[in-house]
Amino acid sequence: MSKPITVLVSIDSNSLLLGARHFKNYLSTLTENYNLNSIVEILETGSFGDYGRGVLFLVLPDNVMYSVKSEADIEMLVMEHLLKGRRVEELIVTDFDSAARVEATETTKEERIVLRNAGSIDPRNLEEYIALDGYQGLAKALRLTPEDVIEELKKSNLRGRGGAGFPTGLKWEFTQRVESDEKYVICNADEGEPGTFKDRLIMEGDPHSVIEGMIIAGYAVGASKGYIYIRGEYFESVASLRGAISKAYEYGLLGQSILGTNFSFDLSVRLGAGAYVCGEETALIESIEGKSGRPRLKPPYPPVSGLYGKPTVVNNVETFACIPPIIDKGASWFKSIGTASSPGTKVYSLCGDLVKRGIVEVPMGTSVRDLVQKYGGGVPNGRTLKMIQTGGAAGSFIKPEEMDAQLDFDSFKKYGASLGSGVILAIDDTHCAVDIARNLMEFFAHESCGKCAPCREGTHVIVHILDELSKGRGTSEMLNQLYDISETMEESSFCGLGQSVPVPLRSILDRFKDEFLAHVNSPQCPVGACKFEKSTKKKR
Amino acid sequence: MSAENVREIVTDIYENISSQSLEKGDVLINTLHAIQDHFGNFIPIEAAEVMKDLTGLPLSRIYEVLTFYTMFSTHKRGKYVIRVCKSLPCHVTGGQAVVDSLKNILEIDFGETTTDGLFTLEETSCLGLCGVSPVMMINDEAYGNLTPERVSEIVDGMVSRERSE
Repeated sequence: MSKPITVLVSIDSNSLLLGARHFKNYLSTLTENYNLNSIVEILETGSFGDYGRGVLFLVLPDNVMYSVKSEADIEMLVMEHLLKGRRVEELIVTDFDSAARVEATETTKEERIVLRNAGSIDPRNLEEYIALDGYQGLAKALRLTPEDVIEELKKSNLRGRGGAGFPTGLKWEFTQRVESDEKYVICNADEGEPGTFKDRLIMEGDPHSVIEGMIIAGYAVGASKGYIYIRGEYFESVASLRGAISKAYEYGLLGQSILGTNFSFDLSVRLGAGAYVCGEETALIESIEGKSGRPRLKPPYPPVSGLYGKPTVVNNVETFACIPPIIDKGASWFKSIGTASSPGTKVYSLCGDLVKRGIVEVPMGTSVRDLVQKYGGGVPNGRTLKMIQTGGAAGSFIKPEEMDAQLDFDSFKKYGASLGSGVILAIDDTHCAVDIARNLMEFFAHESCGKCAPCREGTHVIVHILDELSKGRGTSEMLNQLYDISETMEESSFCGLGQSVPVPLRSILDRFKDEFLAHVNSPQCPVGACKFEKSTKKKR
Repeated sequence: MSAENVREIVTDIYENISSQSLEKGDVLINTLHAIQDHFGNFIPIEAAEVMKDLTGLPLSRIYEVLTFYTMFSTHKRGKYVIRVCKSLPCHVTGGQAVVDSLKNILEIDFGETTTDGLFTLEETSCLGLCGVSPVMMINDEAYGNLTPERVSEIVDGMVSRERSE
């Protein structure tokens, strides 16, 4: 029997850090103390996608979203809303749209495909997923031929959400066409692109959407085994998917003869262990095979020779989560959203100097300006926006005046703004471009796997130069060297990691050249972020 | 910790995890995680020797894997491994001050362990918790919205809890 009032509380990694579990327990205690147990149901759900304002509680059917920051807030919620039916105006989040609040008409309305269930269902409850059309896509796919599934996907023009934007249908077709006794489906959940936390949210908020997408992939390409490779640091995501997989086995959605057909599919979770390079698909494959995660020479690509040398489909978490609704509702529905070359939605991770940091899902083609100002709420503390890094660590930096760039897979060509993994990292004017560049390049130097010299040595020399610049010991010649190294790395690095380092480096150098030069010519850092040190051996 | 003891423990862990195996060799990293958890934040060389026997892989290969991945350690670490995020989203929201305060409070640098054996400090790349940056993890627990004050509260809290036990 369902109870008249439902309170949904978001329990995901970010909310947990804000005390979600504690607040939820306190709410349970209070409802018990006030004998509200018979009318109030408290349910855990995934993230509502917003963290700037405390832990979010959604009261249904009144459809009121509260932001809770203290026990006193919970007390008010119980005393006023639950006991007396009066809304607690000061705790209400007004400009918020969740999957459960379909009537939202505010300016910050989202379009949710991937996060259709996150924040409105209990991710540990398979029945809730099924109740909201879950596994309908799979059921429909199993009635089609594998070729027809792939055809529908090709028509939808879904492109890989990991960053590269390769057409998913085409990838599946390549894999399907190769004759082999064994094929594999791999979900790349090694989310490591700095600033990205969308995959974590999908896995913790709606794990079955990923599993369903993978089973459909297995059917379409003729694979009977699949792996989800999750970052070792993502403890909550690992637990969420392991739980969901065992539920799916229980319900006959995984294992032998799925839904009464003769299609069988096994799925298992594998852990990463702290290596950014494993996000590169062939390095990830090496890692699953129990080796160091060093990328392989391509071609051959995984659809021809992947895991254990067999044809393998590797897709991102977000890509798999797109699959079930595409099959269920059809390619033309999907294409009605987003832009012509990049249909559908994109999940963005908004981070850095923003009022509202968190996750939003909006149609492809949304401008950086909307993401920063409308959804991100602009820069806090009265500061001024200085730059935005788009797309992740390997994405480009743009200036505020370039914010009209509409993000999709072609926006780098058109505007110099990367879509990448959907990161919008806002940086305000308290930060120095040299310091930002140095921090970023330290990341690449640390994460270079060491296999090829251009990347291994290049990143270290870049860090050394930026370090000298930030200490006031740089020369203008060094700036030219940064461009030279960029060119070499781009042309001769073995894998995407090294090849992409020049993108952020050149974009910040080009746009903040004066600031870099000021570190050579001025007595101090213009922003005051870098501490100049007197050189003991001047003139090198 | 006797040699037979280690052999027995590692064999148990390996056999337990092997049931999840879909293909030969695909549980090595999962197993190493479990071994590391068991021995408390590091993998003793004796355990690697046992894995060599169980998997038939050369010891060099296991050692290569152990040293390639940041999360594994071949030498003893503190009871609590603190991993603080050094990536840009944390950096721009006050991450450097958090890093400095950790080093000051613990009086160690990255890769070092406090003399009482309680804490090891490590830097990590993005932990995917940028909505509440700056962040760190202490073993498997994450802490967000950090400030130097908050860091010192957390560390002090853990130290006093340890002392009272």
